[in-house]
Amino acid sequence: MFDLRNLRHAYDGAEVLQVAAWQVEQGSQWLVLGPSGSGKTTLLHILAAILSPTSGTVNVAGQDLTALKPADLDRFRGRHIGIVLQRLHLVPSLTVTNNLLLAQYLASLPQDASRVREVLASLDVADKADAHPHELSFGQAQRVAVARAVVNRPTLLLADEPTSNLDDARCAQAYGLLESQARACGATLVVATHDQRIKSRMSNHYELKERA
Amino acid sequence: MNLATVSLAYLRARALNTALNVLLLALGVATITLLLLATSQLEERMQRDARGIDLVVGAKGSPMQIILSSIYQLDVPTGNISWKQAQELASNRAVRKIIPLALADNFRGYRIVGTNHDYVSHYGARLVQGRLWQAPLEAVLGAELAAQSGLTLGASFIGAHGMGVGEGEHMHEAYSYQVVGVLAPTGTVVDRLVLTDVTSVWAVHADQYDIKDVARVAELMPDDEKELTALLVQYASPLAAATLPRYINQNSQMQAASPAYETARLFTIIGVGVDVLRGFAVMLILAAGLSVFIALYNALLERRYDLAVMRTLGAGPGKLMALMLFEGVMLAGLGAALGIALGHVLTEVLGLAFRAAKQAAVTGWAWVPEEMWLIGLALTVGIAAALLPAWRAYRTDIAGTLARG
Repeated sequence: MFDLRNLRHAYDGAEVLQVAAWQVEQGSQWLVLGPSGSGKTTLLHILAAILSPTSGTVNVAGQDLTALKPADLDRFRGRHIGIVLQRLHLVPSLTVTNNLLLAQYLASLPQDASRVREVLASLDVADKADAHPHELSFGQAQRVAVARAVVNRPTLLLADEPTSNLDDARCAQAYGLLESQARACGATLVVATHDQRIKSRMSNHYELKERA
Repeated sequence: MNLATVSLAYLRARALNTALNVLLLALGVATITLLLLATSQLEERMQRDARGIDLVVGAKGSPMQIILSSIYQLDVPTGNISWKQAQELASNRAVRKIIPLALADNFRGYRIVGTNHDYVSHYGARLVQGRLWQAPLEAVLGAELAAQSGLTLGASFIGAHGMGVGEGEHMHEAYSYQVVGVLAPTGTVVDRLVLTDVTSVWAVHADQYDIKDVARVAELMPDDEKELTALLVQYASPLAAATLPRYINQNSQMQAASPAYETARLFTIIGVGVDVLRGFAVMLILAAGLSVFIALYNALLERRYDLAVMRTLGAGPGKLMALMLFEGVMLAGLGAALGIALGHVLTEVLGLAFRAAKQAAVTGWAWVPEEMWLIGLALTVGIAAALLPAWRAYRTDIAGTLARG
């Protein structure tokens, strides 16, 4: 599904990430593990096509991302990537439904209200469709954030530290949502975390070393 | 879901700030709208009132006062002129036509103007009821006066001495006017006048000469005692403009005043005040622009994560830029629309106050082309205020912003 080779990224000359080679099959589910500062977020941003690596090749869904023009990268993100951020960042002034419609609109995809309802229902937040983000509990907001990430049926679903602030029960629940939603749309799932609790839940691990 | 939906949702989310900016802009736009409407209508009205009158001749005094009192019926006259001198002037070859005016009295603040039928035809006033006056103390009412006073055909009324209500307590109770005609609206000074024959004005004051038969006042009154207030003069040829005013000023006790010159002078004087107000209004609009800029800039800082997230959802930088610009345009558009509406309503309210004071009315239900420029100015201010925030939105560093969040 994606293929990273000789990947390096540096901020202001300081190297923060190095990936010699990493290939992943379509539909597989992966944990990117490593302590804080090991470059997990950077790796996720490179996979999400919002950051270009300093060197190396990034091939995602058959596209060489380093060869795409900025406008093509925008389109690529809209069509292929779903991302759940640690702080969920729903648009506060829009309702839950509109947050999901916004994802379809910004990806230049047709706006499909029935798809929005279906996704919200599958995440058990259909009754919050007209609520604003500040009216949601954290658990509900997280479901909506997952819904927004999968509403466009991405081929690659990314999650950055989705469970770091959650108790054990909620952690398991959140992880279950990502797993089942990725499976439902056939997406490859990559979760970056330093949360050791979910280590046992997934068999595919990619470990990043702490950098000096 | 489109950029407009998102912009509006953001504007609604900080409704108080949005309302403040819209209001600030609206006040500036409303002030300019009011000035545009009032000055254009007053100017047009004053030009209409003075159209076709080349020269006004009155008693010696301020030419401006002669114009204001005789054409616009605003100021008090400079005094009286002799009827015999007026007759002499009428026979001057440089003069095509003279319309005499005799002012002395009012009816509930509306002036009673003694004149001849030429005055009615000069302003193109048509009768809707009755006929023009044929004898002293027969009166024809202007449209606005007829509507306000409720006087109808055949009604009688008495005049009060002086040019306005409360000016003189003295009522001419012995002489009552009879309404014989009502004029259609002309949009000129005529609408607010009682028109009658010059001899009526003499008749009302006839007891000073012991004249009992007012119908024959023109015959019985000695010519030397007959007086008029002013003469509206039309030149026989453009050449007369060069000679006639000087001739009158040097060879008679009368004073010539040019409506074109005095009206232009009046607008120069008013214009200073209008310019000051307009400058003030432009300052208001610029202050509103600054306020919109600050609001959008703060919004941008608040929203930097939203913007970065929108980029991860596939939005190009152009869309984020358009989003901020759209908000600026929305604020400016709302402000302009509200301001134009407010300006028209304020003008109408001002017009009602003018009408209550029996002055030339302005209406808010008219439109001037300059308002398009005003809308353009407001939108330009809105766009200019949004430019820097829009550029910053365009340059959003997605990965950097999200990594910090």
